[in-house]
Amino acid sequence: MRLPFLRDKKLMCQQMVELISDYIEGTLPKKIHQRVAAHLAMCDACPGYVEQLRATIALTGRLREDDIEPDMMDELLDVFRTWED
Amino acid sequence: MTGPIESTDEDLVRRLQSRDEAAFRELVRRYQSPLIAVARAHVSTRASAEEVVQETWLGVIKGIDRFEGRSSFKTWLFRIASNRAKTRGVKERRSVPFSSLGDDDGPAVDPDRFDNMGMWRSAPAEWGATPLDVLAGSETLAFVDETLGQLPETQRMVVILRDRQGWTSAEVCDALEITEANQRVLLHRGRSRVRAALERHLEREGAGA
Repeated sequence: MRLPFLRDKKLMCQQMVELISDYIEGTLPKKIHQRVAAHLAMCDACPGYVEQLRATIALTGRLREDDIEPDMMDELLDVFRTWED
Repeated sequence: MTGPIESTDEDLVRRLQSRDEAAFRELVRRYQSPLIAVARAHVSTRASAEEVVQETWLGVIKGIDRFEGRSSFKTWLFRIASNRAKTRGVKERRSVPFSSLGDDDGPAVDPDRFDNMGMWRSAPAEWGATPLDVLAGSETLAFVDETLGQLPETQRMVVILRDRQGWTSAEVCDALEITEANQRVLLHRGRSRVRAALERHLEREGAGA
């Protein structure tokens, strides 16, 4: 699937970027996780990519939820107020 | 964190069972947006998903007295929504199964960013130098929101539920009825697209400053 290139001996930056989301999730197979960690320890550029992806996730987490349309809320409250046991 | 401690769902449900309108409002506020995301997995339009969610809340009002808390309120609520959405989706004969990954299998990063050895031509910029609070100004957030809106639907739902709503991957798989493997792929693709868009956006901003 997404991982056939990993049979190659060396993990390149271009392959790293396909693995970072799963790396952050902690869902990579152990051996691949270790290779990603080893690459990050040696590479000047890829840790910056990891930080960018983490920042992206953090920013998404700060988004406000869509407010419910006032009409929809009013409609629900009308039903709520006529609620009979 | 400041401000009052958020009520738990259990508290709100108890209050709802004694007809507390404020509790009802709070539950609607809390779950409206992810309910629409989940309903959207089964029906063909946003408007249709909104109708399903309205029906879901009516179902909550009708059923809350019989809700005994054997499962969590959240599980119960999302089960009502996805059952209703599925029934409606069948009527609409929605043809593309949501569980498919779609055909978007592009790379996470533009291949031109790498040399023929697969190494970065120039390193990704350090956004980390900017405190997240500055980065998270309303303008940047609006951009992220807009970018999310442009993601393919399946990616958008997974990213919204995981990264905005803070759901676990198990909760997302359960609600959207997708496999763990597909959930990971959709999350990876969606996050990668948002990152790439954000990178271009911040570069433009930087160049303009």
